[in-house]
Amino acid sequence: MADRTIKVETLTRVEGEGGLYVRLRGDAVDEVRLEIYEPPRLFEALLRGRPLEDAPDITARICGICPVAYQMSSVHALESALDVTASAEIRRLRRLLYCGEWIESHGLHMHLLHAPDFLGFDSGLDMAKQFPDEVNRGLRLKKHGNQLVDMLGGRAIHPVNVCVGGFYRMPRRDEFQKLIPDFEWGLNAAVETTRWVAGFEFPDFETECEYISLSHPDEYPMNEGFMKTSSGDSIEVSYYEDEFQERHVPHSTALQAIRKSTGRPYLLGPLARVNLNREQLSPTARQLADDVGLEPLCKNPHRAIIARGLEIVHAYEEALMIMRGDHPTGKPRESYSYQAGEGMAATEAPRGTLFHRYVIDEAGKIVKAVIIPPTSQNQAQIEADLKQWVTHVMSDDEQETARQCENLVRAYDPCISCSTHFLNVKIERT
Amino acid sequence: MEQEKPRLAVFKFASCDGCQLSLLDAEDQLLAVAGAVEIVYFPEATSRMEDGPYDIALVEGSITTLHDAERIQQIRKDSKYLMTIGACATAGGIQALRNWADTDEFMRAVYAKPEYIQVLESSTPISDHVKVDFELRGCPINQYQLIEVIQSLLAGRKPRTPQHSVCLDCKRRGTVCVTVAQGIACLGPVTQSGCHALCPSYHRGCYGCYGPAPQSNLVSLATHMEKEGDSRTEISHRLHNFNAYAPAFRNESQRLLEQDGE
Repeated sequence: MADRTIKVETLTRVEGEGGLYVRLRGDAVDEVRLEIYEPPRLFEALLRGRPLEDAPDITARICGICPVAYQMSSVHALESALDVTASAEIRRLRRLLYCGEWIESHGLHMHLLHAPDFLGFDSGLDMAKQFPDEVNRGLRLKKHGNQLVDMLGGRAIHPVNVCVGGFYRMPRRDEFQKLIPDFEWGLNAAVETTRWVAGFEFPDFETECEYISLSHPDEYPMNEGFMKTSSGDSIEVSYYEDEFQERHVPHSTALQAIRKSTGRPYLLGPLARVNLNREQLSPTARQLADDVGLEPLCKNPHRAIIARGLEIVHAYEEALMIMRGDHPTGKPRESYSYQAGEGMAATEAPRGTLFHRYVIDEAGKIVKAVIIPPTSQNQAQIEADLKQWVTHVMSDDEQETARQCENLVRAYDPCISCSTHFLNVKIERT
Repeated sequence: MEQEKPRLAVFKFASCDGCQLSLLDAEDQLLAVAGAVEIVYFPEATSRMEDGPYDIALVEGSITTLHDAERIQQIRKDSKYLMTIGACATAGGIQALRNWADTDEFMRAVYAKPEYIQVLESSTPISDHVKVDFELRGCPINQYQLIEVIQSLLAGRKPRTPQHSVCLDCKRRGTVCVTVAQGIACLGPVTQSGCHALCPSYHRGCYGCYGPAPQSNLVSLATHMEKEGDSRTEISHRLHNFNAYAPAFRNESQRLLEQDGE
């Protein structure tokens, strides 16, 4: 058979812009490229010279789906440079804000972007005609996530209430209380949603890779912790750039990361987090993981949708615990004075670990910013998994092959705007 | 026979996806909107991708590459109404900060191999390239305004979106002025409404994410800020934000920087 290529010019139902290119030599896969052509926006460069207080507002604009993650990594990193320790109250509220983003982002991905692949629809909107209850339930979950971010952050997209040191203003008691009944409904609905997706037909497909996420002795990882790996390593966040390296490849505006010690790619995100921190899930989520039969170390990337469901359940349960607890008191933010220094932090964006490092000067201006988003770190692993997947789904119907390739890419929920970069499948037989 | 529904397409250029997400975030109205129009191109939401012509094209993002500068021309040809959504599409976005910088140096600062990537020297709004029928402001846009604009275009009337400044919204919602009461610098007097005066209600100054309001007096506000002790560099920095390249903000920051250089 002649050599050929399969191309997906524009990958759909992902955030940002990219394509996929597969070259076959006969039936053997010769090359797979996840091509990210999202135009670069050069955030790390444009932050230089700006007051450090601008970082949470500006870096939020890297991604409209996970602005909270950018705000959280930036404030933690800058507080580290300023030797500021946030109070327990602020810490609790930051986790609450993050719960909102996980519910919103996972809710969007599960219902509008990913579930249609399992049920054979072009979109969540088309799927709604046949599965109105499931889609409406999903939209309601997503809305709860947005409402929570809106309540604490001021608005769901690009919140305004986050600042270095804490928040501009504390939420009011009534703002918490009015969300509680909806969240009680939502917790049950999230359990139902997770049971629903766990019943999908999953392809029999496993990949070998190293799973990495933050981990914390006392809680499910979100804002803080050390880097835990499925190979058994523990890495302090301050060694991030020593352990992981971003490489620039010609076919992508997003950088691709590898682990320096192995030279191999790795995977971040909900599947990695659940694989590595299952015991830290909230009681309902942990029980549910057992009930739906999620393997202790799940190696099937298509099943990441179940991990997302579990994380939504966890986020509801944790949010309810915080909102039902004592109402936060005390000052909304810690004060600080400027000092020259360097600070870094990693937090768990819905798609995986997001690392920021800043160098600041004595006048509080940013001298250097380094941002390593989850999608650019996952990209090399996605390519490696695709290479394996293509051999499973290769058929004479190239459109079908391309569609199957896209399905796998969507399983990772790549945020290409994040990678400061969307996607298209091209299959080429030369 | 069922009447054909208007064909809606959503396009993205350099941006964060947040403004098109506003459409998906209109959860309560989403299925209703999806019922009133036929969404024929919206890669973030559907794998269905049809060619034009389109009745309404929503465009997010700014033009930063030669390829995108060509792509917008085709979209304009294919579309009856072309509407931009958000600060990137209407004013060049935060990425327009490079219009004041050396883009090559920016590329070298971010990428190990800048030669793999081709970008234009500047980030420009869609209206610099093609005729735009309506510009919806905001970083991000307000989803209720988006629904209003779509409904108005469907009804064949002019969209009703407010043109007044953020200050008026603060008065309406009873927010105490953060500048007067706390001395906090605020762009509210010169920024167009759309957010319901959000930031002052969170005890911080407006940072101008809806861009300059029509007839806003930038010189007057800058003079006030200078009297309060802010340097011209600080004031121009405030304008160098998500709408930095919007003419009124651009001109005033330029004036301040030139004065500073004297």
